[in-house]
Formats: sequence, C-alpha cells, structure tokens
Amino acid sequence: MQMDFNRYQRQTVLRDFGPKAQQKLKDASILVVGAGGLGIPALLYLNAMGVGTIGIVEQDIIEITNLQRQVLYTEEDLGRPKIEVVLERLKLQNSSTNFKRFDTFIAQHNALEIISEFDVVIDGSDNFPTRYLINDACLILKKPFVSGAIQGFEGQLSVFNYQGGPTYRCLFPNMPKQEEIPNCNDNGVLGIIPGIIGNLQALEAVKAITGIGEVLSGKLLLFNGLHQYYQTINFSLQPKNAAIKKLLRSYGAEVCEIHHNISIEEFEKKLKGQEHIQIIDVRTTEEFENFSLPQVKGLNIPLNELKGRIDELDSQRPIYLLCQSGKRSDMAVRMLQELNPELELYNIVGGVDGFHAFHN
Amino acid sequence: MTILLFGVTKDIIGSSTLSMPSSSEFGSKRSKTVKELKEYLGKMYPELKKLSSLAVAVNNSYANDDTIIDNFDEIALIPPVSGG
Repeated sequence: MQMDFNRYQRQTVLRDFGPKAQQKLKDASILVVGAGGLGIPALLYLNAMGVGTIGIVEQDIIEITNLQRQVLYTEEDLGRPKIEVVLERLKLQNSSTNFKRFDTFIAQHNALEIISEFDVVIDGSDNFPTRYLINDACLILKKPFVSGAIQGFEGQLSVFNYQGGPTYRCLFPNMPKQEEIPNCNDNGVLGIIPGIIGNLQALEAVKAITGIGEVLSGKLLLFNGLHQYYQTINFSLQPKNAAIKKLLRSYGAEVCEIHHNISIEEFEKKLKGQEHIQIIDVRTTEEFENFSLPQVKGLNIPLNELKGRIDELDSQRPIYLLCQSGKRSDMAVRMLQELNPELELYNIVGGVDGFHAFHN
Repeated sequence: MTILLFGVTKDIIGSSTLSMPSSSEFGSKRSKTVKELKEYLGKMYPELKKLSSLAVAVNNSYANDDTIIDNFDEIALIPPVSGG
C-alpha cells in the first residue's frame, strides 16, 4: 500500500526527520511486551506515528485496578482480554499498520521465536523474570530493547544492547527475588508515571529506528515525578554480560504464569460442573469475613499461615487459590508449588475483584 | 557527602536523601570505597543487604565496589524497579 505521506506531514516537514525517517518507521517492526501502563502509551504513539509493523505480547484480563493508569481501557472492557481490546482500538487508530498478535505471556520457550521477528523490543512488562528474560533473549538475537520501569512516583528508562552497548545486567547483574522489591500491585504507582515513561520509551524506539538524535544507550534516566527530577547515570558494558549465548533454564516465575492461571470465566464454568471445588482463600481473616462472595467461599488460610497449614489442603484434588486481586493467590501458587510439586494448583486471575467485575 | 535514594532504598531508609557528615562516619581510613560505604549502610539499615542488585552511582556514573569516594561526591543508590 502506498504510504499516505500527508497523514504524517507534521513530522515529515521537520528537517531532521523528513520523509526518509518516515519511511524507516514504515519499514520497521517493533515488539511491545505488555499492553499495560507502559505499553499502552508506547503503542498509541508508535501506531499514530506510522510504525509499519507492531507486535504485542499480552495475556492479561482487564481489571478495575488497571483503569487508573492503563488509559486505553474503559469500564466496558472489564473482564475482557487486553490483547483483544488493544488491537481493536489500534486498528481504528491506524488501519495501515500490520499488527502481530501474541496472546501469551513471553517465556523461556517462546521468547526467542517471538523476538526474532522484530527490529526493536519495548519492555513494558511488570516483573523481574520477564525483564531478565527479555534482556537475555535480545542479547542472543542482537536486538536493542527499550526498557522502562516504574514504581510509586518514580521511573527508570534506558536503551539496552543498542549497537553493542551496555545491557540490563550491566546495571543490575542479579535478578531480585520476588519479595525483595515491591511491585505496583503491592506498593502502588501514581497513574500518570507509566504514561510519562511509556511515552519516553516510544521516543527512544523512534530514535533507534530512524537514527535521529541520540539514543539513551549507556545511560539510565531516573525520573521522580514528585520533584520533577530527571537525572542520567552513565554506565558501561561489562563484557561478560554481552557473552550470553543461551537462555537460562528457568527465570523463576514463568512456569506458573503459563500453566496455572485460570480466568474468572473458565472458573465459573468449573463451578457449574462440579459441586465440591477446593478453593483456598489466602486473604486475611478480616478480608475473608467481610468481603467474600457466597458462590466462591472457600477455606480461609491467610498467605502468611499457608506454609504451616499445608496439611489442611487435599492434595488429591485440584486446588484453586483465591485472593482479592489475584496477586497473593499467585504468590501462594508459587509457594505451594515449591513445597509440593505434585499439587495441581490454579491461580484465579483477578480474584474477588474479578468476580465483581465479571458480574457487573 | 550526600546520598540520593531511589525506589525501595527510600522506603528502607525513610527519606529521599541521606547526609553523611564526615569521613570518620564509616571507618578510619582516609580513602573509602563504594564497598565500604555499602557495608556501612548495610549495618545501619540491614534491609539494604537483602537487595540482590543495588547499583551505586558516584557523581552520575555507575560505580564498582572498588570505586574511591570522598566527602564531596554525590552518591545515588539505585535498586531496579519492575513495575509496568
């Protein structure tokens, strides 16, 4: 299809951008991992600006707690898969973009295959295992990736592995354990912070593709929204980090994410099919007593007691873990799996909030 | 010496900057290294020791354990963040 240059006139008129850079965008392919707080602004702008091919990896369901920062989704979208909704909107926004849909979580078994199709990766994921996996896969495939990460009122941004430049492991050699660093679910994030960092990621991707300006390689941008503070830290390549030849056997959490999630919709079907489903509610006793739904009232074992009360579980039957939002139940799945790999465990994605959203 | 704190280090220490008044604060030797600073801070704030990766920047450059620091340097403690 002939590119409609008129559509992009406001940027092609720029002397330092011009039709040449526009053509580079058109010829480029960018993968966005995660259509969440960071991914959404990046996707909206890359798609608006005329990036030819955009891939999206996402398997989450839209939850009420997403709406404060994931500004593409509306109240009507609650309970729907993000990948479906985001593709609907992006297609309306720019019908000439070639979209590649990956309705999955990126993991050790598919990362190389997915990433190999693209020129640049934008990491908008929300957990360390995925971030280290993307780093390693991009090194193996020699792809640059634009990393953005947020917490609270702060953000971090850098372009790793750009033209042989430094990597994520050059800054943070070892992957933190899950309990070490709080995540957005536990610690919160001000809604606009991912909007700022995600947009900066899109800008870096555009520069990396078109060659305009200076790419944020070998530099980490630290942003603090409360003080409107931007600082860059210079860092250099540690050769041992560039020598990665294959992925690790495991990046920690990914197994659970692939095999042990069950959506509210699927779970409701199971509830209808069977009478006695083993539901373990890992919220606090107070939450359990005050905010429980009659149809999914399970046995309450708060997360911090779970280890000591593992004998109360019926190991012969599937165990469905429930909490308020799906976060603690996810931790419970991981913990139980480590304690007893034989258990058949499912995390009910979205938790009690998800049930409310599904029925309203 | 001023130490700027980011991410979870801010929560652990309880403020966004930390002032270290004099060189005698964390050891007797004249020249100090990033490693010694980390050990000193780890004693004062044991939670810091639990971080598997904690980047330290001296005057806006990433520093290794053996980087020398003095009283006029601006230090930043930068843990990774994962939110998206």
